[in-house]
Amino acid sequence: MEILQSDVLQIRQPEDIVLVRTAVRKIAIASKLGLVDQTKLVTAASEIARNTLDYGLGGEVRVDMVRDARTGVRLTFTDEGPGIPDLERAMTDGWTSGKGMGLGLSGTRRLMDEFQIASKVGEGTTVTIAKWSR
Amino acid sequence: MEHIPILRMGEFLLITVQVDMHDRLAMKLQDDLTERIVRFGSRGVLIDISGLEIVDSFIGRMLGNIASVSRILDAETVVVGMQPAVAITLVELGLELPGIRTALSVERGMQILRREAELAGLEVLKDANMEEDGNPPE
Repeated sequence: MEILQSDVLQIRQPEDIVLVRTAVRKIAIASKLGLVDQTKLVTAASEIARNTLDYGLGGEVRVDMVRDARTGVRLTFTDEGPGIPDLERAMTDGWTSGKGMGLGLSGTRRLMDEFQIASKVGEGTTVTIAKWSR
Repeated sequence: MEHIPILRMGEFLLITVQVDMHDRLAMKLQDDLTERIVRFGSRGVLIDISGLEIVDSFIGRMLGNIASVSRILDAETVVVGMQPAVAITLVELGLELPGIRTALSVERGMQILRREAELAGLEVLKDANMEEDGNPPE
């Protein structure tokens, strides 16, 4: 997989989530995603960025325009927060540890073509999501 | 400070969300709106979200909170103008905005609010008449 373009954005305060949404929208358009796929990707980015801020205590996201057989957008969210003790449970619809609606992770996975999550208690969490042009 | 304008149209309030809302802006809208409903005795709130390119769970929760608080204060809320791509995304995300009335356009939203306000007005009249007749209300 070839990376055509890459950018890193900080997620430290609520306003940064808006900046992430704007940057992801821009790269989704450049990657020739359709309007519905753009909307799904930006919504997913917003959900994960909020998790990074609220549960991961802040972190960053790498925004990549990638090319395999098709072009697409890959987002990698990283934080050094407390980590998620029970990933399986965190991926269940309706489960929430805090102020959300419990749709964040499981709902976001449904919006994406690719979804990976890795977490270590005490070390942090990395979420990678991708959407490909059709 | 940055804020989303709330317009008063008779007994209704109209809000057009045109900017990508960050969290503090969303919270401020909730507070401002509640204050206006009480100050003007508003019967309905119309929220036009045609300018919103996404609705995530945070914004969805805010719309739900506005609808709940308004209802407690005796005002109906209708959300109008959702973009088709936003609707598709919301359903797939599993966020179906329970408790929020929606309409396709501002015009249809206003129709709903007027009808609701009329119905509520009739109920009040009926209760008043019953008391004059000396019959206990049901």
